[in-house]
Amino acid sequence: MDFVIQQLINAVSLGGVYAMLALGLAIVFSIVRLINFAHGEIMTFGGYGIFLALVFGIPPLGALSIGVGAAVVMALAMERAAFRAMRGADVVALLITSFAVSEILKVLFQNMISPRPVPISLPAAWSSSYRIGDVVIGVGPTISIVVALTALVGLSLFLRRATTGMAMRAAAEDFEMLRLLGVRASRVVATAFAISGLLAGMAALVWTAQRGSVDPMMGFFPVLKAFIATVLGGLGSLGGAVLGGFVVGAIEVMTQAFLPDALSPYRDAIVLACVIATLLVRPNGLLPARSGARS
Amino acid sequence: MTDAVLEVDALNIRYGPVHAVRGVSLSVSEGGVTALLGANGAGKTSIVMAVAGARKIASGAIRIFGQETTGRAPEDIVRAGVAISAEGRRIFASLSVEENLKVAGAVVPDASVEVERRVALMERFPILGQRRRQLAGLLSGGEQQMLAVARALMSAPRLLLLDEPSLGLAPQMVDRIFDIIEELRSEGISILLVEQNATLALQVADRAVVLANGAVAASGDAQTIAGDAVLREAYLAA
Repeated sequence: MDFVIQQLINAVSLGGVYAMLALGLAIVFSIVRLINFAHGEIMTFGGYGIFLALVFGIPPLGALSIGVGAAVVMALAMERAAFRAMRGADVVALLITSFAVSEILKVLFQNMISPRPVPISLPAAWSSSYRIGDVVIGVGPTISIVVALTALVGLSLFLRRATTGMAMRAAAEDFEMLRLLGVRASRVVATAFAISGLLAGMAALVWTAQRGSVDPMMGFFPVLKAFIATVLGGLGSLGGAVLGGFVVGAIEVMTQAFLPDALSPYRDAIVLACVIATLLVRPNGLLPARSGARS
Repeated sequence: MTDAVLEVDALNIRYGPVHAVRGVSLSVSEGGVTALLGANGAGKTSIVMAVAGARKIASGAIRIFGQETTGRAPEDIVRAGVAISAEGRRIFASLSVEENLKVAGAVVPDASVEVERRVALMERFPILGQRRRQLAGLLSGGEQQMLAVARALMSAPRLLLLDEPSLGLAPQMVDRIFDIIEELRSEGISILLVEQNATLALQVADRAVVLANGAVAASGDAQTIAGDAVLREAYLAA
């Protein structure tokens, strides 16, 4: 029983990271029709932000905020430098641009910082654990869950209550009409990127806090899972991205925990098989995007 | 035509090999209503969208309040005093009625003016007030059209572009929409009205332009066009 609860906590913790990353991908896709392959590098950049801040002697909480800020700046810079000029281009052209951005950044990380993992030393208390009854719970996963839920609830409130949030939802439905009403396109797009950067930065925060290092590929693998989550949830659907993130996280943790060792090399294959099976039944994902027909 | 709020001059629009709009000129006078008529695919919507800044034009010029706006972004054209109720209404279905108005209110610089305007519009169209928390996608066609017009009015335009406001509506609702058009005109808002219902459009309009295959087939005084039996037979099917 304890084991099951612990695995459940791990699943929510990992799912929360995937959900934040998937939501960042979905919010940009829903508005700009860009599948941002360089999203992982935004997360990695956030990780290096934390690393550098710690190197310069900034206390842990400050360093973590600097990391999140760095990710937002990176997301906005990416939009300005690479994607703004491509606005209105077709999905394939945008996708290939984002591949290029991703590769360039990875090479820069390797050459300017290090191809190997650099350590992030956070207070030892953060990697300890506490007990509730018979259940031992890690501080890392707890932080991860709290941060993810705060981010998801906060974003949902923003999208529901703030006028800019409403404009984001409207843009996902019919961006041209929104512009015809006088809402500035560049502002909506910049906000979408800023939010995706903020979420990637928070993912970097919980990821590095639990793993204690950053390397050039840090963001790549979790974002790959987040891609799967967005497709599973329904491409362009925000609720779907969050749900997909938690489902992928849960399947991954459960296969790790309960599968016999002999089958563990097939873990990713099993996760993907589950996704394919789901898409065969629901081709538009678990919670399909409402619109998207109009470009 | 020095008092024209909108002048479209020798406009050409191409979509790849398709020459959708061919040398069209038209104007809307201050406080006037110009009806833009013609069959489906005649190029009416292309012209309206070009005026609103949402279509690239191949050649020609568009002047709004005497200022050349060719090539300007839709956001800037709204700020110049032009609003649109687009073809197909294009309300944001997943937003509530009030959220649709709030989003459109983002152009109003003063927040208290924005609230006043929103409240006034929900009083003016009581059905929108009653359904302000409902998802706009759940409104009937006529209610959605009212929302589309109300949303356009949030920017307090001096020139309103109405693209097929009566399309697909029940007869009663069509009358209501035309009443609203009359009201807006009496408030001094100039209107470019795209309609397939030529009979009603010609009753509210002072000028009319008839398009066929992207080119002007006839233009002039609305009454003259309405009285031209040959024209009605050939292009307006009414």
